[in-house]
Amino acid sequence: MGIFRRGLSKTRQSFFGRISQLLGNTEIDDDTWDDMETLLIQADVGFNTTVQVVDALQARVRAEGITRSDQLRDALKAELAALLSFPPALDISGRELSIILVVGVNGSGKTTSIAKLAHRLKNLSGRKVMIAAGDTFRAAAIEQLQTWGERIDVPVIANRPGSDPGAVVYDATMAAKARGYEILIIDTAGRLQNNYNLMRELTKISEVSGKVVPDAPHEVLLVLDGTTGQNAIEQAKSFQEASGVSGVIVTKLDSTAKGGMVFSIFHDLHLPVHYLGLGETIDDLVLFTPEFFVDSLFDDDDQEN
Amino acid sequence: MFDSLTQRLDTAFEGLRKGGTVKEADVKAVMREVRMALLEADVALPIVKDFIKQVRQRALGEEVHKALKPSEQVVKIIHEEMVDMLGEAGRLSFSGSSAPHVIMMVGLQGAGKTTNTAKLALHLRSSGRKPMMLAADTYRPAAVDQLVTLAKQIGVPYYEEGTSDTPPNIVRRGLKQARDSKADIVLIDTAGRLQIDDTKMEELEEIKRISSPAEILLVADAMTGQEAVNIARGFNESLGISGLILTRVDGDARGGAALSMRAVTGVPIKYMGTGEKVSADTLELFHPDRIAQRILGMGDIMSLIEKTETLYEEEEALRLQSKIMKNEFTLQDFLDQLQKIRRMGPLGKVMGMIPGMSKLQTQAEINSDDMEKRVRKVEAIINSMTPHERRHPRILKASRKKRIAAGSGVEVSEVNELLRQFRQMSRLMNQISRGKMPKIPGLTA
Repeated sequence: MGIFRRGLSKTRQSFFGRISQLLGNTEIDDDTWDDMETLLIQADVGFNTTVQVVDALQARVRAEGITRSDQLRDALKAELAALLSFPPALDISGRELSIILVVGVNGSGKTTSIAKLAHRLKNLSGRKVMIAAGDTFRAAAIEQLQTWGERIDVPVIANRPGSDPGAVVYDATMAAKARGYEILIIDTAGRLQNNYNLMRELTKISEVSGKVVPDAPHEVLLVLDGTTGQNAIEQAKSFQEASGVSGVIVTKLDSTAKGGMVFSIFHDLHLPVHYLGLGETIDDLVLFTPEFFVDSLFDDDDQEN
Repeated sequence: MFDSLTQRLDTAFEGLRKGGTVKEADVKAVMREVRMALLEADVALPIVKDFIKQVRQRALGEEVHKALKPSEQVVKIIHEEMVDMLGEAGRLSFSGSSAPHVIMMVGLQGAGKTTNTAKLALHLRSSGRKPMMLAADTYRPAAVDQLVTLAKQIGVPYYEEGTSDTPPNIVRRGLKQARDSKADIVLIDTAGRLQIDDTKMEELEEIKRISSPAEILLVADAMTGQEAVNIARGFNESLGISGLILTRVDGDARGGAALSMRAVTGVPIKYMGTGEKVSADTLELFHPDRIAQRILGMGDIMSLIEKTETLYEEEEALRLQSKIMKNEFTLQDFLDQLQKIRRMGPLGKVMGMIPGMSKLQTQAEINSDDMEKRVRKVEAIINSMTPHERRHPRILKASRKKRIAAGSGVEVSEVNELLRQFRQMSRLMNQISRGKMPKIPGLTA
């Protein structure tokens, strides 16, 4: 529980607070379905996924003879959980050097997430981790990463601001290889997914690492801001196209945002969510598990935190 | 992508004829569509409900204009109501405050506060003010460095103490410095924080007490989802914000958050951020009309025009014009223009910004990927030519064409096709620029 619960307690309260209010009603009628639909949408679950969940629930209600709306709770929980799956382990073992490329729009929390991830891999998994400061565009992005690097004692390979990110990636990959590091995490500048040239640059950066290490990058993690609405899906699609996103980190879920995008990401795009960012401190990156995520949305009995 | 609202409403209005009266039953089905469309555009649910109530009242009993389809009529009402609700573009106001006037920038982490602090400082300076930037984000690593770098870049004075003291203390001394140096506006860049973080919200309240700001601007991401309501309400209740800056409007989010935040706080949206570079053209005054069209998916023709205008700087346009007049428009120029258009985004999206195009696309099943591929091919072909060849396509004979085809991975016939189209186009442009009516094959006057 611990931090996951603490971070998600706001999500749980506001989401389930309303769900239970709704499900406390008596008979299931048209209003129940309308309300459920809007509640899911309000949790940023997205229109298509919402319609699918509600349709599936309606079928279940008919098949199982559910008549009272409070019985819907378990059914809803099951339907939501069915949309998620346990993310596979990151593909960062079994080779000399594994490369993780981190991408996303501006301000989604890439740099912070990278620091947290590096810290996790180094301390929890005992791996030798290096970071490449590939964001050469944003003012002081390099310094931000270097500050984190010092705090968590992970080397950061950087070049001058404004220099070619591809060159930094090349240098860092060579350095990691030469110095026997097992994992290289590459930071990239934030970019909006509808900026064609910047997306093309990302493709190039991704290819550069592959020139030094076969099949690299081995993981491409998209960092999504948890407070983002339906545009999250567009982001995931475009970044997937440009850089072959293999998984997602959802940040800022310690807010009152509902994190409903997680369902769409899994269900519509078949992308696993690996981690959730739940705060500003270095330990606030937790592994995603579907049961826990859904439970945390629903478990109103758990008041221990 | 989303169907346009008009298309959706067409279906809902199937029973209703032109010139009829909008009735309760029609309205119900239609309002459901409107609700879904607004939710898809990330307008927050409580706001959607209020909005629908208003539109329903106006739509009911209204006679459908003879010239309009019922769906168009309702879309017109919706559009008007939304522009109304979004409100006028707000201006900064320093009345009731004495120099140095303080602007406090607040918001969530990653909303774009530091960048927009610099943009606003630049904007104020170009309107004759003497701004100073004050670095009060001591939490995010290197946030102070970022502010200092940007301040130096745009040549605006700044005050910073690194992370050596608490933000309120830094602000206190920064204000003194501002008075001493006769700055007339101080922009305080505060750290990003969640509106539910009581300790950090109290810190903002303290900064507010110390600095008596003339403006407290909430910087918010245009991509924000349903959470927009909580964010805006939270910051407004603690601080009493005076305006909003909507950032990342250059993205392709529908921007429903603008409506949610405006409705919940009642404060005007003052600026829109439209790019990551700190320059005069990446901070714009708020255009309610544009945002309304965007939320409704009605195409964003104004933005498109303006985007095009920014790209074609005046000088360059003149240069091109004279080239076209003299029949000197080359394949290189063609390539440059093509790349400029592409910089606006994937072609499919650029097309989608033109009203009617999204519908056209569905009808004609124009695949934007396909289009993208074709353009890429054209680029590859031109890129395989030498600079000399680009300027003098006439010298392209069989052997050169073969080389270009091999270099760009296409057939010689495709190179020929491009050259043919280019010749046609330059002829056409030459005629237009000379004020002659171009003769377009297949079109009769």
